[in-house]
Amino acid sequence: MLNFSKINIILIYFIFFIISTFAFLNFQNKNNPILDKKVNLGLDLQGGSYLLLEINSDSLVEEKIQSKVIPLKKLLKENNIKFTNFKINNSSLNFTVDNIDKFELVFFSKKDNLVNPYIDNYRSHELDFRKLKDNNIAVNFSKFGLLTINNAAIKQSIEIVRRRIDDVGTKEPTILQRGEKRILVELPGLKDPERIKKLLGKTAQLNFRLVKDNSEFGTDELISETGEKLKISKRIVMSGDNLVDAQPSIQNQQNEPTVSFTLDRLGAQKFGRATTDNVGKRLAIVLDGKVISAPNINEPITSGNGVISGNFSFQEATDLSLLLRSGALPTPLDVVEERTVGPDLGEDSIKSGITSLVVGFILVILFMFYKYKIFGLIANTALIANLLMLVGILTILEATLTLPGIAGIILTVGMAVDANVLIFERIKEELKTEKSIIHAFDTGYSKAKITVLDANITTLIAAIILFAFGSGPVKGFAITLGIGIITTLFTAYFLARHLTSIIVLRNNNKEIKI
Amino acid sequence: MTKNINFVSKFKKANIISIIIFILSIILISFKGLNYGIDFKGGTLIELRTETSIDTSLIRESLKSMNLGDVNVKKFGKKGDYLLKVEQKNSNNSSLIPEIKKTLSDYLNTEVDFRRVENVGPKVSSELLQSSVIAISLALAAMLFYIWVRFEWQFSVGSIVALFHDVTITLGIFSLLSLEINLSIIAAVLTIVGYSMNDTVVIYDRIRENLLKYNKISISDIANLSINETLARTIITSVTTLLALFSIYILGGEILRGFSFAMILGVIIGTYSSIFVASPILKFFKVSYKTLEKEEEKIVP
Repeated sequence: MLNFSKINIILIYFIFFIISTFAFLNFQNKNNPILDKKVNLGLDLQGGSYLLLEINSDSLVEEKIQSKVIPLKKLLKENNIKFTNFKINNSSLNFTVDNIDKFELVFFSKKDNLVNPYIDNYRSHELDFRKLKDNNIAVNFSKFGLLTINNAAIKQSIEIVRRRIDDVGTKEPTILQRGEKRILVELPGLKDPERIKKLLGKTAQLNFRLVKDNSEFGTDELISETGEKLKISKRIVMSGDNLVDAQPSIQNQQNEPTVSFTLDRLGAQKFGRATTDNVGKRLAIVLDGKVISAPNINEPITSGNGVISGNFSFQEATDLSLLLRSGALPTPLDVVEERTVGPDLGEDSIKSGITSLVVGFILVILFMFYKYKIFGLIANTALIANLLMLVGILTILEATLTLPGIAGIILTVGMAVDANVLIFERIKEELKTEKSIIHAFDTGYSKAKITVLDANITTLIAAIILFAFGSGPVKGFAITLGIGIITTLFTAYFLARHLTSIIVLRNNNKEIKI
Repeated sequence: MTKNINFVSKFKKANIISIIIFILSIILISFKGLNYGIDFKGGTLIELRTETSIDTSLIRESLKSMNLGDVNVKKFGKKGDYLLKVEQKNSNNSSLIPEIKKTLSDYLNTEVDFRRVENVGPKVSSELLQSSVIAISLALAAMLFYIWVRFEWQFSVGSIVALFHDVTITLGIFSLLSLEINLSIIAAVLTIVGYSMNDTVVIYDRIRENLLKYNKISISDIANLSINETLARTIITSVTTLLALFSIYILGGEILRGFSFAMILGVIIGTYSSIFVASPILKFFKVSYKTLEKEEEKIVP
């Protein structure tokens, strides 16, 4: 175990040198165009916000099932299936049919089925039905139908969330899908997450609807911004989808902040027609079911440009235009988890983390030197090399360093010497019975090998499981712990062994003490 | 120098103590319960800093008007730093945090800085708890499997009993002291599992080696010999690990305190259990070189 071929030695130091060089990249100030790699600081160290958003698709499902009512009734009529007791529930349609077998045949027909299309990807229909009793049935979305709705909603939501966050101008946000219904948002360096949370909390569905005089069929009663009860037509004149731009502006007369918008061609046509036909009436501007304002239509607006007023502050006008520009979310988003760390706490954490790392490191080094003298120096050299390589690998992977991650490094320092301790203690034993020193070192290394491997693999298993199940900061701990084990094995079995071999071979004839 | 301490003679006493503490821990965990943090219980946590030192009861009082339910305030590290925990029942209020901030600074008439805010909804917290339980179970199962592959089933049982012993007693002490269980404590527990296993494996490795070397000696003596032979390593590694951990505990700041405390407990208990729990079980199963030979025959027919 003490013989190294030249190639082996070159390879060992080459690997060590290359990997540990990366560790120093973290100290360069300027951006290096060739090797611009750095360990990322986690949100807990640099400050920032972590948000987990969940789409709330209940209202979307309700909307979608309602849109099936007319086509479904039409389908039943076309196929001469008589139905009674038709009821619309939140997520299902209930009715009684006269011939359930025939219904099933028509309902699940794969050819040109527009009411209940067949989704090839999932080999399932969009809708499903279950028998309640006799011939009474409930039609609802199948598992895969719901999945399709959720998938579409989440894809769209991620896009809108991205636009809104980019518009605010945060540096390097991370926006990822998590599972079927969740969006993970990481906003490093953000000081006040409340504004972003507010912006993401609004669906921003904008409608223009006419105000009616009497409560005829198809009106909603909503409260206006001045507290007035308004009867507003359910028919949507135009929606936010037709907006191509929105900007905050100041109305000159009253110095009032407003939102100016520009419509696309189709929107301009619709808006022009509606305002021409209804001069003198009031047009309500409804955002997420609330009336922003309901101004009079004084003259037809055909230019495709308009202004929304509504007692805004300038910030509100800015935020509303941002929301309108980015488009409406398909469903409301709930913040189900939030973790925000202020930048000064992050700095404090880095400081205390580094302090404890340095102190822990020095204590371990002193202890090892006290215990093993010259071989303690070898173990300590290996330990320093270990640390360099650990940081180097973290840099190569551009891994995220968190506060628990720093704890993982300190723990690695404490546990890394274990490999060398195991080996040295083994050699000590061998020296008692073995006359040849070289032989004693040799058997010491080979006998300790299995134990070192066994012992480290168990910790590695724990680290892998932590990585798979942990979130955020804990994942950072698992990464440093896991990589630490690998660098420990490398430094103990290659670097330290080689250094030991140099000393042993040089002092072959003298007595060696560990 | 290999010491020669008679560990085996102390097995019985140690086992009785272990069993008593183990049972006490289970009683504590099941009756007193664990003090789950917001990660597992849901709610809001705010670390705040005020310019002047304020009595915690004053902070609690100032929030009374908001009807937040159970509010927990405690000092946290430096002067003027507090940790506020709100057990939120209706978590859909998205503007809760600015409202708390406004109420506090109005009432206390001082600048209040929110250094850290964590908000975990009830759905997420129950998922986190579930995945933590899965992670720990999976880690135990993986260890069991690894030892079973590398050694024989008696060793596997011994190491798992030792792990259960360590994890249960660590949690028992957390319950006794009403210390908070959060995600980082789970990370600590998993690391304890790894460390304790590491320690056990080193002794087991030596026991296996000695069983094959001296096949006339009884398992008690083999265990004693092996523990003594590896004792220096056991102590040195524990010392260096503890040096690193105490450094985190004392200097690493408030956030890492619970984590490093759990680890310190775990390292001490884990070291103890490798000697006084894992080894006696091999004696209990009457492991001998024959046990190892049988296995070998199976592998190489």
